[in-house]
Amino acid sequence: MAIDYNISEYDVVRDPQRCIACRVCERQCANEVHWFDAETGKMRSDESKCVDCHRCVSLCPTHALKIVKNPDTFRLNGQWDNAAIGEVFRQAETGGMLLSSMGNPKNYPIYWDKMLINASQVTNPSIDPLREPMETRTFLGKKPDRLERGADGALRTDNLPPQLELEVPIMFSAMSYGSISYNAHESLARAATELGTYYNTGEGGLHEDFYSYGPHTIVQVASGRFGVHQKFLEAGAAIEIKIGQGAKPGIGGHLPGAKISADVSRTRMIPQGSDAISPAPHHDIYSIEDLRQLVYSLKEATNYKKPIIVKIAAVHNVAAIASGIARSGADIIAIDGFRGGTGAAPTRIRDNVGIPIELALASVDERLRQEKIRSNVSLVVGGSIRNSADVVKAIALGADAVYIGTAALLALGCHLCRTCQNGKCNWGIATQRPDLVKRLNPDIGYKRLVNLVSAWQHEIMEMMGGMGINSIEALRGNRLMLRGIGLNEKELEILGIKHAGE
Amino acid sequence: MTRIDAAEKYFQQLNEEIRGASGEIVIDNCCGQRYIGAGMSGKDLLINGVPGNDLGCYLNGGTIRVKGNAQDQTGDTMNEGTVVVEGSSGDATGYAMRGGKIFVRGNVGYRAGIHMKAYQDHQPLIIVGGEAGSFLGEYQAGGTIIVLGLGSKKAPMGNLCCAGMHGGRMFVRCEELPDDLPSQVNTAVASLDDMASIEGSLKEFCKTFEISEKEAFSGRFYLITPNTKNPYRALYTFY
Repeated sequence: MAIDYNISEYDVVRDPQRCIACRVCERQCANEVHWFDAETGKMRSDESKCVDCHRCVSLCPTHALKIVKNPDTFRLNGQWDNAAIGEVFRQAETGGMLLSSMGNPKNYPIYWDKMLINASQVTNPSIDPLREPMETRTFLGKKPDRLERGADGALRTDNLPPQLELEVPIMFSAMSYGSISYNAHESLARAATELGTYYNTGEGGLHEDFYSYGPHTIVQVASGRFGVHQKFLEAGAAIEIKIGQGAKPGIGGHLPGAKISADVSRTRMIPQGSDAISPAPHHDIYSIEDLRQLVYSLKEATNYKKPIIVKIAAVHNVAAIASGIARSGADIIAIDGFRGGTGAAPTRIRDNVGIPIELALASVDERLRQEKIRSNVSLVVGGSIRNSADVVKAIALGADAVYIGTAALLALGCHLCRTCQNGKCNWGIATQRPDLVKRLNPDIGYKRLVNLVSAWQHEIMEMMGGMGINSIEALRGNRLMLRGIGLNEKELEILGIKHAGE
Repeated sequence: MTRIDAAEKYFQQLNEEIRGASGEIVIDNCCGQRYIGAGMSGKDLLINGVPGNDLGCYLNGGTIRVKGNAQDQTGDTMNEGTVVVEGSSGDATGYAMRGGKIFVRGNVGYRAGIHMKAYQDHQPLIIVGGEAGSFLGEYQAGGTIIVLGLGSKKAPMGNLCCAGMHGGRMFVRCEELPDDLPSQVNTAVASLDDMASIEGSLKEFCKTFEISEKEAFSGRFYLITPNTKNPYRALYTFY
């Protein structure tokens, strides 16, 4: 109906001088934007289907295509922009909840960009990582309260709780098989292995082909318990209990039955074609004591050999919640900020629920220190880390390591078109369609992930060297290395940093 | 056979002893120790007393028989094997189980069989001799739940059962089902074919607890099934 017509956000511009009607764009677009008009011998397009993933633009041999912001607009209005109007139209038409993908794109403050990093001048000279040792190795897990020596006087290391050893304090965050493709998972698993770090199965189980990467795999247990069984628990280097996700705090998830292929069904251990419903809560957790019970059931099932991670979304009372988790027996707390990505989340929740990870991290680290339980757990943060400077700032605010999800997907070819929910990812990442999945070559994908993290590692070393710091341990929680810029008193207080110039 | 005295024993020590033993294991004086049989396979446990929460969690084979009551989350996320409880079992019995069997002679608490699933030849089964609490079979995605209500005068289940059910089957022996079942399930008196599909399991249950088959098979059985595998398909739209 005419009243349901929404203005396309983007317009497809084709240069007729350049287009040779080779039909590559048509073959590459799973959204069926392009088609060949046999009568005129020309390519045509329907921009209303375009999601601006740039697949056609990237592959057009004559660079004849451009995707531009559509100049067509409703009457300009500061309160009611095109999206606000379009969303009302769509909901009035369907009665459905709005669904979105990837992280919160709204224009909220980015605190990473309001913090500046220190460097040494004259005194405490800087260190050149190209010729001096620089330690980026990190251990995640509960640390003992005191050093103990054996009968021979040597430090005892046989009594340590289980630890994850990372060559670089960057891990790939949880993305399930089902939400992303087989080839994307293979790329992450191989990259984690080569980098000496970890990737995370998400709640979709572990594909039988990837058990060999187990020593670099974190296996996840969520409320739906998909794919969770003894062999799966034993396969991973650590087990993550997913309580919450930054993109959708407080709610569960529904993987639609259409995406439960035979392979996904086998990996998740659920019926083919049925919706995979992750309830919002774990039905056995109503308190920290109950959380402790799940933590210990997993420890018992794996004979206390693996660290247990509890992942939560950054929400208003995150410091108090983290304090409870640190007393539950968990070894690592992972906190996901409100910018964190997702394969699908209700738009209103993604865009309005949760808090920035920078503030959550600072308040959690401070609270655990005040309560003298910081060494009970390691802290891993995710949900907005874009580059190595964000990593350095996170560690200086108190993180032991970071999770990257969106950045890893970008390395694999994601163009952040934010339409993962429709399962037609033209880059072969967020799809289960075999013809699309094969577009992501895991031999190339894993190498690009290795390149990205290696580059960040070098940059982290350079920044640490500049500060006169030669190990991650000496940077962790070292908030004197940060200064705020353009922040008010309250923000500086929560971040626990001084303003630039102080 | 190994005998372990659980009296005054912390759960970690008891479970370590169970992990170290093999074959048939008898646990005496069990009193609330949690996680017994976590991830176990290939062993047979006989428990005298009351085991604590998470009995047989992630169970991957073997058998557990409790000569008494069990507490909450019996058989949590179990994959294979058999759990037999001669008394009653607590809340969330069979939470997310995807294989194996749980037989309870007495009653089960709230949310039994919640998020129970199934795939391929993994077809989990819960049979309850007595009654089930509220929210029985919540989010049930697969497998079979049978509630016999032996000795019950009314429908042997609490309030709001089958909420979110989208797979599997539930059989309830009673004259009349409660009237608060959700709209996304179908109910019908079980057909002869339906009954034939559970006859073997029911006979095994009767034999396990020495219940007369005549009593267990008497009266009317209802079959509850979901009417869609995709309950939330129409819930969303995109912009």
